[in-house]
Amino acid sequence: MFYREAGDFKVSYEQDSQTFPIKFDRYRYYFVLFIAFLVIPFTINDYWASAILLPFLIYSIAAIGLNILVGYCGQVSLGTGGFMAVGAYACYKLMTTFPEVSMFIHVLLAGGITGVVCVLFGLPSLRIKGFYLAVATLAAQFFLVWLFNRVPWFYNYSASGQINAPEREAFGILITGPNAPAWATYLFCLIFLTFCALVARNLTRGMVGRSWMAIRDMDIAAEIIGVNPLKAKLTAFAVSGFFIGISGALFFALYLGAVEVGEAFGITKSFQVLFMVIIGGLGSIFGSFAGAAFLVLLPVILKVVGVDVLGWPTDIVAHFQLVIVGALIVFFLIVEPHGLAQLWRVAKEKLRLWPFPH
Amino acid sequence: MSDQFLFATEVFFNGLMAGVLYALVALGFVLIYKASGIFNYAQGVMALFAAMTLVGIMEGQVPFSHIINAMFGTEVHHFGWHVPALLAIALTVGVMVIFAWLVQRIVMRHLVGQEPIILFMATIGLAYFLEGFSDLMWGSEIKKLDVGLPQGGSFWIEDMTAGLGSDNFYGFFIDQLDIVATVIAALLVAGLVLFAQYTKQGRAMRAVADDHQAALSVGISLNFIWVLVWSVAGFVALVAGIVWGTKSGVQFSLSLIALKALPVLMLGGFTSIPGAIVGGLIIGVGEKLFEFAIGPMVGGATENWFAYVLALLFLVFRPQGLFGEKIIERV
Repeated sequence: MFYREAGDFKVSYEQDSQTFPIKFDRYRYYFVLFIAFLVIPFTINDYWASAILLPFLIYSIAAIGLNILVGYCGQVSLGTGGFMAVGAYACYKLMTTFPEVSMFIHVLLAGGITGVVCVLFGLPSLRIKGFYLAVATLAAQFFLVWLFNRVPWFYNYSASGQINAPEREAFGILITGPNAPAWATYLFCLIFLTFCALVARNLTRGMVGRSWMAIRDMDIAAEIIGVNPLKAKLTAFAVSGFFIGISGALFFALYLGAVEVGEAFGITKSFQVLFMVIIGGLGSIFGSFAGAAFLVLLPVILKVVGVDVLGWPTDIVAHFQLVIVGALIVFFLIVEPHGLAQLWRVAKEKLRLWPFPH
Repeated sequence: MSDQFLFATEVFFNGLMAGVLYALVALGFVLIYKASGIFNYAQGVMALFAAMTLVGIMEGQVPFSHIINAMFGTEVHHFGWHVPALLAIALTVGVMVIFAWLVQRIVMRHLVGQEPIILFMATIGLAYFLEGFSDLMWGSEIKKLDVGLPQGGSFWIEDMTAGLGSDNFYGFFIDQLDIVATVIAALLVAGLVLFAQYTKQGRAMRAVADDHQAALSVGISLNFIWVLVWSVAGFVALVAGIVWGTKSGVQFSLSLIALKALPVLMLGGFTSIPGAIVGGLIIGVGEKLFEFAIGPMVGGATENWFAYVLALLFLVFRPQGLFGEKIIERV
């Protein structure tokens, strides 16, 4: 009834190529932005920020980045944790070397550095394909984590081998460190997420995105019709690395504050982000959000139910959590291999005909 | 002979032995990948689960005792009996077969024909599930596994080789367990080859690996073969679990050996059993020698990543691994 193209006339090229062609979607988008930017910052408290909102925002950025690589370009990567570590350590080095520069620039630069590293590790993808590539990206994962563990220059020769985020500002507001207000860190992450989602959405609609998808669907055929595989694959690695680097920097500087690289950016992190992408839906920006929300909320809910409601010991709940997460992943893959985004698509199709299905 | 050379030789032999252990895990991967095209990430956790089940049965632990205690306020931990090792192993094999059947029945049957990445993700989900499940069932503390395999350095080899170098050289230190593991691995591979070549089920297994549809059309039950393959992989996991568990105790880190087996697979090719063996040996020797020669210069612990980088370099020149089937791509 309300979810139609009908009656919404496009009279200019801008209107014809806008991101959300259906009016309802457009208003929903503005509404979400309104809530996120103008309502939540005034109602946020520390628990919500640190347990749910910050991880959700940061993982969403990582999931969008990985989705570009895996979902749009078809290059399976298990090195996400390592690339996030690059973002975190780049951000740390920049923060400590140039204390007076705004965090905003540091995070962007950290993303750029990660993009370059990601391209380096993406070079073998020109020859290696499929699972062989997936395992090859593990080389990046293990090598990078080892590098940050063993070379003292990266953690400024600190005795513990950890990196700690010093207090830094952006636009005159304290962003990092234990005294940073929840609303500021939240807004800072939200700005980056909005920026990344917009960039990703528009890249995937344009020529670059189409060449990625051509490579994903069949690389030889794409090459024959004139897509340059070198350019397509490496741009995918670069953009993906940029986003993942941003998320790694935010994860370290704003969310954790102190990082031990093997723990925070180990192989489990790579799998976690990959799960978000798969459960959310390969090749869908919305899916990245949905997957991130799902995997951030699930452990919180399980913990609340298990420890607070049922009163079980925490270690049993932790094991149950593994069992349930594993079972849910398998269940999802069986019921809907295209992820939550597919459910969303089906719902929209239904909505378009509702309430007159014929 | 100079001492340095002798030390290097010792490292070489230890690397060979470590390689055999890697190959043992990689074998399970290859079996399942060949028969069903599933890249089974859960192989490492299966080894952990098998080893934990074995210890649990031998010690007479009550399964799920933690939950039972937490829910009903009881204090049960042990049945109070000890099962002999051989019987316990037989029972564990039974458990692994049931597990294989359940996996096939509940998970893999519904995923036939999905993309490889989806199947891969499903096995990671399975790995999570199994990890939590085995902790719930048997408790997460480190357990000691002793099925009577010899351990410790072999004095015989040490005495035999002590005279080769100067006074600073005390002979090769080679763990007896590693030697036993090598023998076990050799027997296992021989057994698997014989099984695949000369039995009816083995032939059916190879037929399925060749072509699902053709196998189906000559009357081979895919369901049965897949259960069989998962059972065999479970058995291989049990053997790997016994060897690794005896070496370093049964604990969570056992499941990480799957990660050690991945570069072995890449190097040898996902589809080749000899590839898994040769790949394992190359990786084992390579990482031990690299750690010995270069490790001290760059801060050590290079074993974590060297295998992957080595495999990566190999792949750049041979994208299908050393023994993998040539990848033919058509449009």
